Amino acid sequence: MTSPTAAAPHAPLPADPHRSWYEESARGRLSHLLDAGSFSEFLGPQRRELSPHLALFNLPRQFDDGIVVGAGALAGKPVLVAAQEGRFMGGAIGEVHGAKLTGLLHAARQMKRDVVILFDTGGVRLQEANAGELAISEIIRATVQARAAGVRVVGLLGGRAGCYGGGSLIAGCCSALVISEQGRLSVSGPEVIETNKGVEEFDSKDRALVWRTMGGKHRYLIGGVDLFVADTVAAFRAGALAALDRPPTLDQAVLAAEQARLERRLARFGDTADGTEVWARLGVNQPTDVPDMDLDDFLTIANRQREGADAAR
Amino acid sequence: MLPAEILTSLFPAGHQVTEEGGLLAGTGRLDGQTTVDVVGITGKTYPGVDEALTLAGRILDIAARPAPAPLLFLVDSGSQRMSRRDELMGLSETLAHLAKALWQAERAGHRTIGLLYGGSAAGAFIATALACGELVALPGAWPEVMDLPSMARVTKLSVDVLKEKAATTPVFAPGLDNLFATGAIAEIWDPAQPLSDQLKAVLARPATGDERARWGLDRGGRQKAAAIAREVEQLALAHG
Amino acid sequence: MENLRYELSTTKPAGGTRAVALVGVVASGNLEVLLERGEAADRCVIDIATPAHGFADLWQAVTADFAARSAAGGLRITINDGGARPDTVALRLAQGVRLMEKPE
Repeated sequence: MTSPTAAAPHAPLPADPHRSWYEESARGRLSHLLDAGSFSEFLGPQRRELSPHLALFNLPRQFDDGIVVGAGALAGKPVLVAAQEGRFMGGAIGEVHGAKLTGLLHAARQMKRDVVILFDTGGVRLQEANAGELAISEIIRATVQARAAGVRVVGLLGGRAGCYGGGSLIAGCCSALVISEQGRLSVSGPEVIETNKGVEEFDSKDRALVWRTMGGKHRYLIGGVDLFVADTVAAFRAGALAALDRPPTLDQAVLAAEQARLERRLARFGDTADGTEVWARLGVNQPTDVPDMDLDDFLTIANRQREGADAAR
Repeated sequence: MLPAEILTSLFPAGHQVTEEGGLLAGTGRLDGQTTVDVVGITGKTYPGVDEALTLAGRILDIAARPAPAPLLFLVDSGSQRMSRRDELMGLSETLAHLAKALWQAERAGHRTIGLLYGGSAAGAFIATALACGELVALPGAWPEVMDLPSMARVTKLSVDVLKEKAATTPVFAPGLDNLFATGAIAEIWDPAQPLSDQLKAVLARPATGDERARWGLDRGGRQKAAAIAREVEQLALAHG
Repeated sequence: MENLRYELSTTKPAGGTRAVALVGVVASGNLEVLLERGEAADRCVIDIATPAHGFADLWQAVTADFAARSAAGGLRITINDGGARPDTVALRLAQGVRLMEKPE
C-alpha cells in the first residue's frame, strides 16, 4: 500500500462483448472469448506458482505469474488457451510464465488440439532474463512441433503491452494471427530503438510513427498478420474462429513460400522509409489517410491492396 | 578462437567456407565420409531482415537436399539490428522464419548443431543459436539476453547492485556460465582439443528432444520450469 | 518485500458457495486479492505481500474496517500488492467479497 494522495480510480465495469479488448484484463478477455462457462484453468492462482526470482528485486509477484492457461471451447470446438496479462510486469515472460505455455503446447501436440494465444507482452522479463529467453526458445520449438502434428496455433494481438521482443518471434511461428488497430507487433520496441540508436532513428514519443511502423494496420497491409478486427472482445472471438479455419501446415513448401513472400516484400518495399511510402506503393490512393480510417473504410481498401500471406506463414 | 582457427580445427580434411557481409556459408569435411554444411553469423553482426532472410534461404536449401548432412551454425552476433526500417519490414516475421527454417532442416533429418563462439543476444540469440537442435559453446563465448547497463536503466538499479545480485543466481545476468546453468547449452567444448573430435562425439550421440528444461533443473539454474511445464501438460491431457 | 498478517474477528459470515475468487492485478497502484474459504465463520485471515515498506498502520486500519463492515467471516484472503492506495485496497476487498457471493 502507499499513502492516499488522489481519488480512487473507478471500479472496472463488468465486461461485455462490446468492451475494448485493449482495456480488458487477461481473464476478462478469456471470459468473453470462450463459450460461457467452458473455461477450466490449469495451475490457477490458488496453486500460487509464483516467480521464484522477483523477490530478489523487491518486486511483487502475481499468483498466475502473468499468464492464464487452460482449456475451453470456441463455438463448441474444444481449444487450449493462454492469455498474457500485460499489466503485470508488461506481460513479460519469466520462468514460470513461459513454462506454463510450453507445457500447454506439448499437450496440444499430443492431443491434436488447437491453441489460441492471447498475446500481451513486452518480451523477456529482465529480472529473470536467461530463464525467459530459454522459455521463449522452448515455446517456439513446442509451437512448430505442434503445427507439424496438425495443430493450429492462433495468435491474437491487441493487448495494451503489444507483442514485442521474444513474444513477437513466438507470434511469427503461429499458423494464423489476428490483430486490431491497437495491436503492435515488433521485435525491438520504440523505446529500445531510441535508447540504443538515438531519437533520430526512432522518436518513441511520436505515437503516430509507432502505429505506422508496427501497428495493426501496417502489419495487416504488408501481410504480417492474417485478419484485422475491431478492438472488441466479440470481434476477436469472430477473428479467432476465422483463424482456426486456416491450415496449420508447416513444412518445406510453406517455408519456401514464406521465404519467397518475405523476399518479395524486401524487393518491393525495402527502400522505403515510412509506412505511408509502403502503403502508397501498395496502391493505396491516400496513404496519409490510413491511420484515421474507420474499420470498414480501411478493410475495403486493405482487402483490395494488401499483400496476403495465405499458406506462407 | 577466431573463425579461421575454428574451421581449421573442425575440418582437418579441409573446408570451403566463405564470409560475406558478416555471414558464413559453405561446407567442411569432417573426415573422408562426412561433409558438414556450414552457415554462420560472424564478427558481432547484428542480423536485420536482410541477414535473417539470407540465412533462412540457405538453410531451407540445405533442408531440401535429399541426403541429410549435419548442419553447423557458427554464431558470433550482436542482438537483432535495432532500426526503424527492420521493424517496418517485419523483423519479427523474418527472425521467426529463420528459427522455423532451422527446425525444418532438423525435421528433414539434418542434425543442426549451433556453435556459439562469440556473442549473441536477445532476438538474434533466439533465432540462431537457440533455434538449433543442440547448442555447444567455446569458452569465451558471451551470450546475453540484455547487457547489464541496459538492465540497470530498466530496473533503476546500479550496475554494481546488479552484479551483487548476479553472484547469487544465474537467472538474469549475461555470460556463458549463466546460460549454461539455465540449460541453454548442451556442453562447453575444450579449445585445446581438436574440435573435429568433439563435433564427431556430438554427432555420434542420437539426437534427443528438447532437454533444456531438465538441464536447467539439474544444473540449478531453472528450478521450476521443468516441473511446471510437465504439470500443465499432464493437467491438459487429463482434462481431455 | 514486507509480509503482513491480520487475523480479524468478524460477525457476518461470507455469503455464496464459490470456493475461490480473484480480483485485481499486480500493477503500479493496483493489487490482486485472492479469496478462499476455510476459516471459522467468525474469523477472517488476511495475508499481504507488499513492496512498499512501512505502511503496516494503514493496512491495519483498512483491513480492520473491512472486517467490521463486510460479510468476510470464514474467508482466507491473500493480497499481492503493487503499491495500491487504501481506497483501491478497500474497493478490491469489497469486489472480492461480492464475487464470492456470485454463483460460479
